[in-house]
Amino acid sequence: MIQALAFYMFAFMTIASAILVISSRNPVHSVLFLILAFFNAAGLFVLLGAEFLAMILVVVYVGAVAVLFMFVVMMLDINFVEMRQGFLQYLPIGGLVGLILASELLTLAGSWIISPDASRVGAAPIPDGVTNTHALGQVLYTDYLYLFEAAGMILLVAMIGAIVLTHRRRTGVRKQVIADQLARHPADTIELRKVDSGRGI
Amino acid sequence: MDDLLLDYLPILIFLGIAIAIAAIAVVGSMIVARQHPDGEKMSAYECGFDAFVDARNKFDVRFYLVAILFIIFDLEVAFLFPWAISLSNVGMLGFWSMMVFLGILTIGFVYEWRKGALEWE
Repeated sequence: MIQALAFYMFAFMTIASAILVISSRNPVHSVLFLILAFFNAAGLFVLLGAEFLAMILVVVYVGAVAVLFMFVVMMLDINFVEMRQGFLQYLPIGGLVGLILASELLTLAGSWIISPDASRVGAAPIPDGVTNTHALGQVLYTDYLYLFEAAGMILLVAMIGAIVLTHRRRTGVRKQVIADQLARHPADTIELRKVDSGRGI
Repeated sequence: MDDLLLDYLPILIFLGIAIAIAAIAVVGSMIVARQHPDGEKMSAYECGFDAFVDARNKFDVRFYLVAILFIIFDLEVAFLFPWAISLSNVGMLGFWSMMVFLGILTIGFVYEWRKGALEWE
């Protein structure tokens, strides 16, 4: 009962916030609604028993990807009022493309039946009596070793790609070098002179 | 399965209370407070400026670099959680596969350190 109620709440909130993502005028509000959609999708994952995916969705998508989206929205600096000007002009052809895509999706979804024993014939069925995260850990690092290392390589490529694309070394910047400051010795910089009264150096 | 969801019930109750308090605060202030909206109340006060530009201006791309490096290390940590709790089951192969994975990412870390991507200037 509570489970069904929670499912309908999360599902309704996910769809409602997803609609608000594409319909809100301010792109910053769109990103905030996207975060709400992520949270509700995490709730749906918990209801399915996929705890690990739910927590990763919150940590990675809400914590990091949404922040990146926010940066991109702030950085692009697009005038959205100007962008919407041709809306009515392109409405017929856009609506036609949308209708064709929607009908294709509906035909696909209508004829698709989930295999009733899909959970049993999977490559790595969920063992009984262990938590979700534990079950994942038992196969990910041994049976799926190559895919795991490939994920590491992809992250490495992403890291190097981001640095190559965006890192610029600035010229004419005076940086504080703490090692140089600490290496200075009083004898190098301070000189004591005995000055007679009434005369300069 | 139901035991698992029962563990999450306090969080659901907590969520419900949080939503209820937020709704009471917003709706209550709408009902109780006197509302006299006026255009002058929203305008700049006395010697204040009228806004002349949009609040959104272009960010430095270095913020983006910091954010994307954060995501990459966030994902790396996400891989560590299942490894940490199932380490007693996966044996030496599981241990060393994670060490290789961390080694690959350490190469990237050394690269970004040497390139100065972590420094702000």
